[in-house]
Amino acid sequence: MAPAAAPSRLQQALRDAAFAGLVTAALSFPMLAIRVESDMNNRLVLEERWPLMFAAIAFIASARFLASMLDDWRARAGAVAGVWSMLLGAGLAWFTTGAQAALAPWFLGGGALLLAAALLLFRASPQEAEPASGAAPAAASAGRFVTLAGFVALGVVVAYPLVLLGWLGPQGSLKWINNYGVQILIYVMLGWGLNIVVGLAGLLDLGYVAFYAVGAYAYALLATTFGLSFWICLPLAGILAAFWGILLGFPVLRLRGDYLALVTLAFGEIITIVLTNWVELTNGESGISSIPRVTFFGIPFTAAPDGFAATFGIAFSPIHRTIFLFYLILVLALITNVVTIRLRRLPIGRAWEALREDEIACRSLGVNTTNTKLTAFALGAMFGGLAGAFFAVRQGFINPNSFTFMESATILAIVVLGGMGSQLGVALAAVVMIGGTEILRELDFLKAVFGADFDPSQYRMLIFGFAMVAMMVWKPRGLISTREPSIFLKERRAVAGALVKEGRG
Amino acid sequence: METFLQQLINGVTLGSIYGLIAIGYTMVFGIIGMVNFAHGDVFMVSTFIALIAFLALTTLLGIPSIFLALLLVMIIAMVMTSVWSWAIERIAYRPLRGSFRLAPLISAIGMSIFLMNFVQVAQGPRNKPLPPMLNEVIYLMGEPGAANAVTIAWRQIIIIAATAILLAIFWYVVQKTSLGRAQRAVEQDRKMAALLGVDVDRTVSITFVIGAMLAAVAGTLYLLQYGVVRFDDGFIPGVKAFTAAVLGGIGSIPGAVLGGLLIGLIEVMWAAYVSSDYKNVAAFSVLVVVLIFMPSGLLGRPEVEKV
Repeated sequence: MAPAAAPSRLQQALRDAAFAGLVTAALSFPMLAIRVESDMNNRLVLEERWPLMFAAIAFIASARFLASMLDDWRARAGAVAGVWSMLLGAGLAWFTTGAQAALAPWFLGGGALLLAAALLLFRASPQEAEPASGAAPAAASAGRFVTLAGFVALGVVVAYPLVLLGWLGPQGSLKWINNYGVQILIYVMLGWGLNIVVGLAGLLDLGYVAFYAVGAYAYALLATTFGLSFWICLPLAGILAAFWGILLGFPVLRLRGDYLALVTLAFGEIITIVLTNWVELTNGESGISSIPRVTFFGIPFTAAPDGFAATFGIAFSPIHRTIFLFYLILVLALITNVVTIRLRRLPIGRAWEALREDEIACRSLGVNTTNTKLTAFALGAMFGGLAGAFFAVRQGFINPNSFTFMESATILAIVVLGGMGSQLGVALAAVVMIGGTEILRELDFLKAVFGADFDPSQYRMLIFGFAMVAMMVWKPRGLISTREPSIFLKERRAVAGALVKEGRG
Repeated sequence: METFLQQLINGVTLGSIYGLIAIGYTMVFGIIGMVNFAHGDVFMVSTFIALIAFLALTTLLGIPSIFLALLLVMIIAMVMTSVWSWAIERIAYRPLRGSFRLAPLISAIGMSIFLMNFVQVAQGPRNKPLPPMLNEVIYLMGEPGAANAVTIAWRQIIIIAATAILLAIFWYVVQKTSLGRAQRAVEQDRKMAALLGVDVDRTVSITFVIGAMLAAVAGTLYLLQYGVVRFDDGFIPGVKAFTAAVLGGIGSIPGAVLGGLLIGLIEVMWAAYVSSDYKNVAAFSVLVVVLIFMPSGLLGRPEVEKV
């Protein structure tokens, strides 16, 4: 037993929990407990919501208590999930009636089971020491596993629209291919593009969406003003965005890391303001509509006799265009990926990664840091521009609201959560973050629990923001932090992310 | 001339608010060398706390005097906002000391996104307008109703006076108390200060708390001046206040106030004489130009890069 002087584990945990609860109470007292609403006369009134505040306190305090009581992270995670589920069940039973209240026993029972399982399975297991010496070979096989997983994922993605089409038919599969497939792939491509700048070269770019906007407006304006086809505009949009990247990059790349981030943020905002206010060119807030649709290398996706369906002798369906868009963005994203992977092995790619680790050492060794940064910046911008042109041709309508800081933040969050520098990680993060929140909307189950007006997409950025903080605190190198060395002497020896200590340049 | 004087008054009012926020940026940068990207959102949270406190005091408790209500609102906002700032530092920044270079900034961006969306979810996405307060004006030049009259509203006087008083108190704390001495010591050399018995963690926490208190004052004054708050109100004022901190020389407290006043004046003059659509472009351009050509600002020390 613990000596009387030192507080026992339970006492300490209770003290921690009480403190966490107190802080939560102070944080949530005005912000959660009271909501300001406009009434019928447009006057502000206060609406009291005390249960929310007590729920927040209960959730945080219980999590803190369990975290202090348990050592193993699996036990912690399981126990917290169990207790939260039980709290949710209790809340449902207490405050709701009818169908919602009927779910309460399930939450209570499931939570209790989860808690018991977590405590029984993992509580006894001692803290495993990290096998430091064994990390390198394990990492090497993990690296090979990542490559393999990448190819499997690619196969799944290639088959995805065709399987869905065969399974659900043209009507049923449209939503899945468009909202999930194309939407996610745009973010995968943007994530990979930004990954060159942030993940490889270590330049924090908070205005990446500016290049996305340049690409989108380049295609929209060229197509509507001069009637140029998408296939001419696509490379032009990429070149224009790269040009903008160089133009902006020249003055700003001498700056140190966080200053660079803020200058790119300012540029991104300036571009949005200009797009909003330069009405003669961009039509301001009302945006550019009726942007020409994508063609199958000149053959339009219409029901006309010279259209895609008639040319290939199949029945017309709007799904053809969507599937074509899916493969188009897949190819564009893969080009981004392949270019990145190949460039990493060239001297320029190695210079990027060296620059990320330690800029002063780089300069001392004769690396031209300005050129190195500029190429990363321009290349990232180019892929952003290509994605922008694709976005414009897919939507058929663009306005400045698609290019706000929140969009930059979303892309940055994807790169950060994917583990800066890891290609597969970024793709996974895009799938989980964009697809995950879309999926949540589909789940009727959540509506049954939280009420009919529950909209999970409201919470998307909330989760993104919190996940970014949690990621930095918990695993700053990302979820997939193992990486193959880009270049090696004789023997391929991968380095686990945990073993690499980043230089503080 | 009359327009210019009028805009001068408006610019100083706006600049006071920016200056108060800018001190939070500059102090945190001085002491741990990070850009506290979430500070603008802490300011936004404080405007909401002030709004709720104001409504609660006037409608629920029925405090008759608007000045007393404002004073109480300001104190409540200062206390509540400091808890937020303290918790943010504890959760999102303290575990990252000694992590890699960009980690604190990314964490701060995440915190900023989180706060913005938390308030959007908790308080709703719409504007919260209050009826205008303390609108009575004093005529400095010209007769009442004349087109070229120069006026100052009571609330502008309150804003400028409150800023001046708080800056004086704050200056006293930083220069004359042991707390301020510990803070300056940690700013100069964190390791040495720790060796000499300064509690670095506590000092950093207090820095965040002081920054949040000044931001809360700015939030209350912002509510008084504009009467409208929204969940994304922290972003643009935050970037402008950061610009003010950089313009004045980041790390320098008089610089932050000077920078705030200058940014307020630039913004107001730009809106009056050039184009009000592009007034944010003016502030952002100042940020870009200062960072590129004059990174140590007006009153800052040049930064020496050490290996």
